[in-house]
Amino acid sequence: MNQLLINNGIPWLNVLVGLPLAGALVLLVFFGKATFARWLTLVVTLANALCTLPLLSGFDGKITTFQFAHLYTWIPQLHINYVVGVDGISILLVALTTLIMPLCVLASWTYIQQRVTAFMVCLLVMESAMIGVFIALDFVLFYIFWEFMLIPMYLLIAIWGGPRKSYASIKFFIYTLAGSVLLLVAIIALYLENGTFFIPAMMWHEYGQGFQLLVFLAFFLAFAIKVPMFPFHTWLPAAHVEAPTAGSVLLASILLKMGTYGFLRFCLPITPDASMLLATPLLWLSIAGIIYGGFTALAQQDMKKLIAYSSVGHMGFVTLGIFVFNLQGLQGAMLQMINHGITTGALFLCIGMIYERNHSRELAHATGLGPHMPWFATFVTLFSLSAFAFPGTNSFIGEFLVLAGTFAHKPFLALAAIPGAVLAAAYMLRMLQKIIWGGVNNPDQSGMKDLYLREILVLAPLLLFVFWIGLGPQPFLDYMNPTLNELLRQLHEWQQGQQLTLN
Amino acid sequence: MLILPELVVLGGAFLFFTASLTGKAQPQLLRTLALLCGLTLFASVCIASQANGLLFFASYAVTPYSQLFKILLAGAFLFVLIAGQKLTSIHSSVQAEYYLFLFLGVFGLMLLVSANEFILLFVALELSSFALYLLVPMRDDRDGLRPQMEASIKYLLFGVIATGFMLFGMSYLFALTGSTSLPAIADAIQQGGMPPVALVALLLVLCGFFFKLAVFPFHFWVPDVYQGAANETAIFVATLPKIAAVAILIRLMQFLPPGHEQFVVLLFAVLALVSMFYGNLCALVQDDIKRLLGFSGIAHAGFILLGLLTLQEEGYGLAMYYISAYVLMNLACFLVLCALAGKGQNLRIADLHGLSKRQPILAFILATGLFGLAGIPPFAGFMGKFLVLTETLNKGHLLVVVLAVINTAIAIYYYLLVVRAAYTVDDDSAAAAMPSPSLLTTAAGIILVLAIILVGILPAKLITLATTVVQSLG
Repeated sequence: MNQLLINNGIPWLNVLVGLPLAGALVLLVFFGKATFARWLTLVVTLANALCTLPLLSGFDGKITTFQFAHLYTWIPQLHINYVVGVDGISILLVALTTLIMPLCVLASWTYIQQRVTAFMVCLLVMESAMIGVFIALDFVLFYIFWEFMLIPMYLLIAIWGGPRKSYASIKFFIYTLAGSVLLLVAIIALYLENGTFFIPAMMWHEYGQGFQLLVFLAFFLAFAIKVPMFPFHTWLPAAHVEAPTAGSVLLASILLKMGTYGFLRFCLPITPDASMLLATPLLWLSIAGIIYGGFTALAQQDMKKLIAYSSVGHMGFVTLGIFVFNLQGLQGAMLQMINHGITTGALFLCIGMIYERNHSRELAHATGLGPHMPWFATFVTLFSLSAFAFPGTNSFIGEFLVLAGTFAHKPFLALAAIPGAVLAAAYMLRMLQKIIWGGVNNPDQSGMKDLYLREILVLAPLLLFVFWIGLGPQPFLDYMNPTLNELLRQLHEWQQGQQLTLN
Repeated sequence: MLILPELVVLGGAFLFFTASLTGKAQPQLLRTLALLCGLTLFASVCIASQANGLLFFASYAVTPYSQLFKILLAGAFLFVLIAGQKLTSIHSSVQAEYYLFLFLGVFGLMLLVSANEFILLFVALELSSFALYLLVPMRDDRDGLRPQMEASIKYLLFGVIATGFMLFGMSYLFALTGSTSLPAIADAIQQGGMPPVALVALLLVLCGFFFKLAVFPFHFWVPDVYQGAANETAIFVATLPKIAAVAILIRLMQFLPPGHEQFVVLLFAVLALVSMFYGNLCALVQDDIKRLLGFSGIAHAGFILLGLLTLQEEGYGLAMYYISAYVLMNLACFLVLCALAGKGQNLRIADLHGLSKRQPILAFILATGLFGLAGIPPFAGFMGKFLVLTETLNKGHLLVVVLAVINTAIAIYYYLLVVRAAYTVDDDSAAAAMPSPSLLTTAAGIILVLAIILVGILPAKLITLATTVVQSLG
């Protein structure tokens, strides 16, 4: 297993998965007071965020193997191992997860008043599962985390959600589960071909064309629903709207990334032929998602729905970047995954803060907040600028790279995606204008309190990253570059190999 | 020593027989006694777990295989007794008889897994079945509709027909081989040269156990019996006979005449898929939770058949793993139902409204059981499903596997409906009808939850054990 760089020091990755689980267990056993649950969860998630730092600093950005890896035998009869590791694709997503989690806890500090302990248990279990998905290098382990996550997320929506929580939560669960059952078949089929569930050992193999297509389609269904790609997106607005703030943030910032992570991690290296064969329709689906998401967002009166549809558009940019198969595209896609996690997460947090004050998600009820909530107005303005990729903010770099990559691939595709960027400006500015200024018939907002210190603390780190990535993206690109370069190199070698055999 | 568990369970039956003669036994005393007998039985099974030997002119085989199944039976029985601690739906005047038949039923099932001979097999099966035919109608009549009578008649008629098929098949096998001893028949068949009727005879014998396992087309009794029987009886019907049925089905697979593998695989695949689709689709529209679990049981029987259709010891071992996991999860669900039905009534999905607020531990146990049955990791149901599917695909049955996983997606809906009722709907009117569970029930539930998780994430040892004992059969 030369793809692994086994780590003999402190098992940081195991800590990242195990610590939240241990915290959840403590909460379950000592079913304590709400305050205790809040503080414990905050401490655990903060500790996890700190544990990410040694990962980030110790990550060797020059090699392409999986680092900080651990390997234990698990089910020897079927060659299933517990094996984890990070590379340039996953490390930033892990860091994003651990960054977002404490903010989610803080955002739920007063928002969640009922069954606080259970809520925190769900959050902690979610964190374990989400990190597990990104670091698992064994397909069964991956699948277990991937599916297990549905339970706490379902409960987050179903218990603490809005009025239509039952409908939204069941739709979310069934959509995602139905998408991933065929993934299980594909995993088993790959195991029977390779005799192992070790993911890197499945990559770049000569599978038959038909086999690749079937596996790719199974992958595609699972990941496209998770992303969600047009036309598999209908669960997303429902789930986003009904979920509590922390749930929406987790959905937008982390869960959606798992779909695109799946495309990058599995589809490209395991089924390269099928990916190249089907790239064109996927690219057009991405364009459709960008345009569709933009227009639909423009028409929304519900702020959460607006952001949810804008997610469809933004994630369209990510899939666009992945399937153009060049470095800028992939870099842009990766960066856009992080950016979307930061910006959209922050916007959901902002909307949650309004909701906590006036218990409405209606845009019409939130007009004219600017004079009463100057801090809030500042934050929401900056995040909105980031959402429509204003130069100087993080999304600009990501979208620019994606569009540059698309231009290099097929110029008319990029031209088709440009209206999406314009639409983003249109719907974000429309929302911003209404929230800050509104019109002549604004409701009386004088009772609205400006942000508390806790809320400022929640938003400030995200704002820092908006400008850090926007002004100096190089450190982030350095993490992903070697892995992405290696991926592309192998993809091109593969292409040439195929052409040689054809000639 | 070899038949210590059988003697213990028989002793228990005699105890309750005596108690039923006096007719004055305190119900509370009976329940405590039953629990003690169950514990003794479990302990004796554990003591006898290493026993090995042939008894009664080789008609009774105590093997690692049979002892493993006896441990499963005794363990499940203990949970059945804990769930039936209140026994609210059995009239207090017949509770001694109730326990008598319960123990006789277990006795029959224990004989069944050790039976090495057709006559004994038949007697054991009938002993366990007749005990159940009597247990089902023992429910206290509460609304005058007597659904328990309907259920027991259905159970009896279908059971008798299935037994008829089985006897018919046995008679053919006897005619072909001149023996009623299982190993002798297996040897004769494996030597080859059997006329095709041997296959027909085997399939007829299998029918008797498909009936117990509730595989399509022998499933008609399931929903009505689950619904009509008392909750405490339903938990028994839903678990123990299925364990024994799997034990015998695996043994009977040795009787498969060479050269007919393809046909049997096709037949099993069709039965498995039809069971899954039928069970899952019917369960979607159920309102009564026991009925819903009954239909889900039909679907799960389909998954067990998938393990059998691999026609290999690994697959049989996985079928054992699957049935153990299924029984654990089913016990967890029924345990909660029994604890919640304060008056022994049937629970509808709507009766669970607000459960997670009033009884968070029960809700958690129920949710674990249901998510496990739905096959969500990391619970045992997922691992069982995954392993069985891997083995099936390994044999090249891609279409079967794809259709089976589609069933998983269908099934999640009705399990979620129950979870949703317990977790998301608040209804204050149901407050009075939700009794607190006893400490014993809570403890049993937590043990089940832990078992469901541990069996799910650490299956390696169990599979090895199951495969080894299956291989020791051959």
